[in-house]
Amino acid sequence: MTRINRRKFLVYGSTAVGTSILLKACGGTSDTTGGTTAPAEGEATTASAGGGGDTIKVGILHSLSGTMAISETTVVDAEELAIKEINAAGGVLGKQIEIVKEDGASDWDTFAEKAEKLIDQDQVSVVFGCWTSASRKKVLPVFEAKDHMLWYPVQYEGQECSKNIFYTGAAPNQQIEPAVDWLLENKGKDFFLVGSDYVFPRTANNIIKEQLKAKGGTTVGEDYLPLGNTEVTPIITKIKAALPDGGVIFNSLNGDSNVAFFKQLKGAGMGPDKYPVMSVSIAEEEVRTIGPDFLKGHYAAWNYFQTVESPENEKWVSDFKAEYGDDRVTNDPMEAAYIMVYLWSQAVEKAGSTDIAAVREAAYGQTFDAPGGTVTMNPNHHISKIVRIGEIREDGLFDIVSATDGPVTPIPWNQFVEDTKGYACDWSDPAKGGKYKEA
Amino acid sequence: MLDGLINGIFNGISIGAVLLIVALGLAIVFGLMGVINLAHGELMMLGAYTTYVVQNGFKSFGDGAQDFYILAALPLSFLVAALVGLALERSVIRLLYGRPLETLLATWGVSLILQQFVRSVSWAMTFGLLVVCLLLFGGRAALSKLANLGPRQKLANFVVLVLSAGIGVTLGRSLNGNDALAKPWFSARNVDVTAPSWLQDSISVTDTLSFPAARLFIIALTIICLVGTFWFLNKSAWGLRIRAVTQNRDMSACLGIPTKRVDALTFALGSGLAGIAGCAVTLLGSVGPNLGSNYIVDAFMVVVVGGVGKLVGSIVAALIIGIVSYILGSGTLVLMLPSSEAIQPLIDTATFFATTSMAKVLVFALIIAFLQVKPAGLFPQKGRSVEV
Repeated sequence: MTRINRRKFLVYGSTAVGTSILLKACGGTSDTTGGTTAPAEGEATTASAGGGGDTIKVGILHSLSGTMAISETTVVDAEELAIKEINAAGGVLGKQIEIVKEDGASDWDTFAEKAEKLIDQDQVSVVFGCWTSASRKKVLPVFEAKDHMLWYPVQYEGQECSKNIFYTGAAPNQQIEPAVDWLLENKGKDFFLVGSDYVFPRTANNIIKEQLKAKGGTTVGEDYLPLGNTEVTPIITKIKAALPDGGVIFNSLNGDSNVAFFKQLKGAGMGPDKYPVMSVSIAEEEVRTIGPDFLKGHYAAWNYFQTVESPENEKWVSDFKAEYGDDRVTNDPMEAAYIMVYLWSQAVEKAGSTDIAAVREAAYGQTFDAPGGTVTMNPNHHISKIVRIGEIREDGLFDIVSATDGPVTPIPWNQFVEDTKGYACDWSDPAKGGKYKEA
Repeated sequence: MLDGLINGIFNGISIGAVLLIVALGLAIVFGLMGVINLAHGELMMLGAYTTYVVQNGFKSFGDGAQDFYILAALPLSFLVAALVGLALERSVIRLLYGRPLETLLATWGVSLILQQFVRSVSWAMTFGLLVVCLLLFGGRAALSKLANLGPRQKLANFVVLVLSAGIGVTLGRSLNGNDALAKPWFSARNVDVTAPSWLQDSISVTDTLSFPAARLFIIALTIICLVGTFWFLNKSAWGLRIRAVTQNRDMSACLGIPTKRVDALTFALGSGLAGIAGCAVTLLGSVGPNLGSNYIVDAFMVVVVGGVGKLVGSIVAALIIGIVSYILGSGTLVLMLPSSEAIQPLIDTATFFATTSMAKVLVFALIIAFLQVKPAGLFPQKGRSVEV
């Protein structure tokens, strides 16, 4: 037997790596709807299309890997389902929609890079993408500089109203504020705020603090975990010290930290009877990966739950399960992602072209009978929608314990925060724009 | 007050125990062997995924069995991680001994491959890879045994390589047509590992004093692993050989110790301990492809602060780092300071650092300052074996 020397090792090693990459690429092209997709696949799809004029290219830019992949891949599924349905019904303007998918890899700089690639190299007509506010803040200058268009499907902290972004998730007054009101009314006045350490939880908590001040509640403490951190013992000690007799925990943790937080909260013997947790980033999908055992009895605020009772929702849930499997669940960001693809396609139909400015004009006032109720696109680039509060059940779904009577109008600039009080946004009127003082 | 103190010490120790069990395998691989193994976190991840698989296996046995899956998962995690570690040592690391920079890059590459592997592994991919390996190594062995090709050996090997790769890829591709075979086992999404019910709650001692069961379990597990490792290194024949090779490789080789086997065994042991750590952290956090990267920095931090080459250093370092980050992060420091006007700035500073993010910053700053004073860590190696 000959010994393998270094050069041979390099040859065999690189061949083995090459082989596995090849295998993977093959896997990717034959299964374009799979949950895991290498960045290479997007390029493969593009190349095979040949850039003919008979399709409309759209970009999908989410984290398919990294800490945010758990959440963002589900949104991709919903977007692809909507596009598939639209294509099956004849496409947009008689053309089929073609997807160019890019992986933001849970890394905000990568998001900006990939956004530029989608716009410049792939020349897409629109980009559907992002989850965390940090990634949105990174791509915002790209979309503004190139005057392009991003549709963003996740609830966020507000305090932003870009001409180049349409927000189909909840503004704070469509999620956080109703949740705080409901907690004040039903669960207590002492709040501890926990969040991941980036822009959404920090801004959201500032809003909550102002709101509590205005409505007679108190903030007994707040703390932030770096994304991906799983050691929450110090925070649990702080909560116990600040709320010895129980109280409300308002949770805006994102990604993996949620798992650690709920596992260790239960381990510390703090149950929902004394320490109800209201979460704004935990939906059906996250409940499944954290384990309903740890979450039972806690609350979440969203615009949509899988348990919403409406014919639109029944149809959507069964379509989704038929496409991706019976074990899958639907949730709020997925619904918002599904909505935004339809709203965009309606706007393109109305505008009669994919010209960015024309589509933007046409988008205002578009309505869609979404699974969670009828939504309307406002001139401030946010949508009116119903707000709901759900309690987590043993089977991982939600009991809807409270819902608004009708759609709530979105308010991007927060009216509890001094700096933005009295401001509004209206892009349909060139004189008003993104931030103007309301008369 | 006493309860508060006991709680504080317990919490500090429990954070330290997690750090220690994560760092223990690395203390052997990096500390004793000097291999900068950036794939250590991914070996943990393999342990965590093994736990997930075992848990699902036990689910099929019914409710009663579900409570005890962890007892089967621990040895299996050790085994899986140790085997992967062994394969890693045999194929990559052993070619790179004495070249730390190349090792660093190579193991980082391995960590990326392992992460991507758990994301995309499916039956089709497994079959394809297996066929490639079988054909490649089988073909090579057969060639060298059966035919004496002389100078054409290289060409023949190359042909075997191309052929087996081609067959493997084609097979994998055709199997991908079958949805059941092409479905990824785990996918990029995190998986749900639910602790057994007896580890989910806390054990109350008094009304105000209670300890989370999972934390107690991890502390106990850490102690068992420590004792086991100490016993193995100091009392067993192979432990003696490992220590001999660590101290003087050439002399050990002269005395007939099979240094290559010792290397492989040591690396497998360190990897196996990483697997156990991976199993343990499923009780506390999430399980996903990037689980390892959350812990790798902490693991290196513990080993470096403790002093490379000394297990006892890692123990002390883990406990100190755990207790310090708990005291800073939980704001206990603020409570401990007497409230008086004179030290108000000090209290303000402590309050400023009393968040998890800032506590982490401060801990790193303290470590940097400490390493300025003692560059070799708490327990530096002494004597002739110190290599520069």
